[in-house]
Amino acid sequence: MTGLTVLAAGTGPLGSAAAQPLEAVGATGVVERGAWVMIALPLLGAVLLLLSGHVANRWAHWFAVLMGVGSFGWAVATFLSLLDKPSDSRARNVQLFSWIHVGGFNVDVGLLLDPLSISFALLITGVGSLIHIYSVGYMADDPERRRYFAYLNLFLAAMLLLVLANSFLTLYVGWEGVGLASYLLIGFWQYKPTAATAAKKAFIVNRVGDLGLTIAIMLMFATFGQVDFAGVFAGAQSSATSQTTLTVLGLLLLLGACGKSAQLPLQSWLLDAMEGPTPVSALIHAATMVTAGVYLIVRSNPIFDASPDAQLAVVVVGAATLLFGAIIGCAKDDIKRALAASTISQIGYMILAAGIGTAGYVFAIMLLLTHGFFKAGLFLGAGSVMHGMNDEVDMRKYGGLARVMPITFATFGLCYLAIIGVPPLSGFFAKDKIIEVAFDEGGTRGWILGGAALVGAGITAFYMTRVVIMTFFGPRRWERDAHPHESPRVMTWPMIVLAIGAVFAGALLTFRDSLEKWLAPVVGTPPAEEHVIEPAVVTGLTLGIVTVGILLAVTQYGRRAIPRTAPAAVSFVTVAARRDLYGDAVNEALFMRPGQYLTRSLVFLDNKGVDGIVNGLAALVGGSSGRIRRLQTGFVRSYALSIFGGAALVIIALLLVRL
Amino acid sequence: MNPANYLYLSALLFTIGAAGVLLRRNAIVVFMSVELMLNAVNLSLVTFARINGNLDGQVTAFFVMVVAAAEVVVGLSIIVMIFRTRRSASVDDASLLKY
Repeated sequence: MTGLTVLAAGTGPLGSAAAQPLEAVGATGVVERGAWVMIALPLLGAVLLLLSGHVANRWAHWFAVLMGVGSFGWAVATFLSLLDKPSDSRARNVQLFSWIHVGGFNVDVGLLLDPLSISFALLITGVGSLIHIYSVGYMADDPERRRYFAYLNLFLAAMLLLVLANSFLTLYVGWEGVGLASYLLIGFWQYKPTAATAAKKAFIVNRVGDLGLTIAIMLMFATFGQVDFAGVFAGAQSSATSQTTLTVLGLLLLLGACGKSAQLPLQSWLLDAMEGPTPVSALIHAATMVTAGVYLIVRSNPIFDASPDAQLAVVVVGAATLLFGAIIGCAKDDIKRALAASTISQIGYMILAAGIGTAGYVFAIMLLLTHGFFKAGLFLGAGSVMHGMNDEVDMRKYGGLARVMPITFATFGLCYLAIIGVPPLSGFFAKDKIIEVAFDEGGTRGWILGGAALVGAGITAFYMTRVVIMTFFGPRRWERDAHPHESPRVMTWPMIVLAIGAVFAGALLTFRDSLEKWLAPVVGTPPAEEHVIEPAVVTGLTLGIVTVGILLAVTQYGRRAIPRTAPAAVSFVTVAARRDLYGDAVNEALFMRPGQYLTRSLVFLDNKGVDGIVNGLAALVGGSSGRIRRLQTGFVRSYALSIFGGAALVIIALLLVRL
Repeated sequence: MNPANYLYLSALLFTIGAAGVLLRRNAIVVFMSVELMLNAVNLSLVTFARINGNLDGQVTAFFVMVVAAAEVVVGLSIIVMIFRTRRSASVDDASLLKY
């Protein structure tokens, strides 16, 4: 890219909230120009560990951790380097190499360092490194640990490429890399048929979303003639681009985001993805993968800001998914699936906030960053519990673990308080704000969105309390051979760090609107809107509903005995929630069965129709030649008669013609 | 004498030869009938040469004779071989080469 490119940030429909155009200038200094090292380190780790063979088994895991931590260190250095600059010049373009150079179409691979991408890079490498360290303990007995760590590093590299890319095409490479890495890790124990199926499911469902992103990129190229962020966003803001194109672009990007972020209607893969090792779930849910969809929408804010219809679709998806995930979470007995459902729900909040526009982007990112801490903490806690309980995942066979696993209990408890939004823990700041801006949408829309977010907060409190009570309190319902114990330090320390993050991150990001100011050059400053409901009232309402959720869970699960097998006589809502609200059934009825019938009818048509014609023709030729063959009798005299007859015919013909 | 009479004779001989080829089973007789047909044609060639007053027909008749002589050598040897292996000179018995 030559010279200065204008990376203009969102001019919302409100206009007042427009951010100052942020110019991405060429990077200076070793740290910024070497930003590719952030991606190269984990990539190097992945390649080296996969190629090195058993020789590396002894040190492979620590090498992978080193790569992750090194990448984190570089991200911090880049962050500090950007922080050092005035806020209107915090965008750096790192030109790496020219990739595609055909006619008027140029794609240069480059990195964009700006507040948004660096925030993500910090989350990915920071939480990712903690999960690496934790995995050293968790996977200690796995003979394939080296391969596992290679995949973890690959995951980091792909995700970093995704968030640091400066064009949609480069982003797409990372996007697909994330899909590949998730496939490899979910199916890490591929000898288990369920794991292999879950991995395939994740990959295939993601492909559906990827299709949206692919077509979106093609459409960008067709409309704007380029695919780098600066060019596309400048095009999106110019009046020459039609509203329809922008809406279609927005919807396609939303489809892509739905796939990666497990939003309706592409949510079904995430619950099955629990077949992978637990730290992988933490990585997918907290630091990588599911955050990619939110990143895509927030990064594409100029497109969404210019298309209210696309934004409407985004908020509808977000609001529906947050309730959908929350309801599923209430009925799951598998601790990891309950947490997975909660991820679907929390990402729903983020998508909802991102769909609201300039007012919501900051809070979407804030919830995403804080969620990175507490959800990783929750998953690592769940992994720690499973580690102590012989890999038992059924919460009905837990109970009373608070005393045997004090550190796990403490960290899990803090993350639990954070996710349900108890002030002053981190979840409160983000979620409270999202509910507030949802109400501020105004009119019926505001009431519906705000109401959904509010109810979602209550349900979240209910099912998370249920998880905590069933796991850590009450009588011991363990299997006879269970000897729960606290996990080794290599596992508890990452949990402690994450718990600290879960407690303080929210306050830190909200303090003096630090995150808001930090992100303002990219996503714009939230407009000072008139509140439909006073913020204090919203906070009060939220806390009230959260309290109701907690109390309900306490009365239902704390006061009464929990049966060791799931009761069968339950309401139809519970039955539906246990079956993921029929998400799989809908997919099966709408896509899989018709697809199956289609393929079957095509196979029938092929066998009977196409093959029938070909085979019939062959049979016709074969049969008739078999009959004609009979003329060849072997009697010389009959041949002679034929020749004679033929000669006679020729002579007669000649005579006739002559006459 | 009227040259047409030679042609009548030639046609008669050819017909006898053709009938012999089509009707007789013995390979030697069939062979002789073939020779008869060839010589009937020779006769007509010579007659036409005489009618037209040039030698082309007679030259062609010599060619036919030469070819017939060669054909006799090959054909008779084949018939002898067949007779040796099958103890029969019937053309209907030698009908293995068929569908």
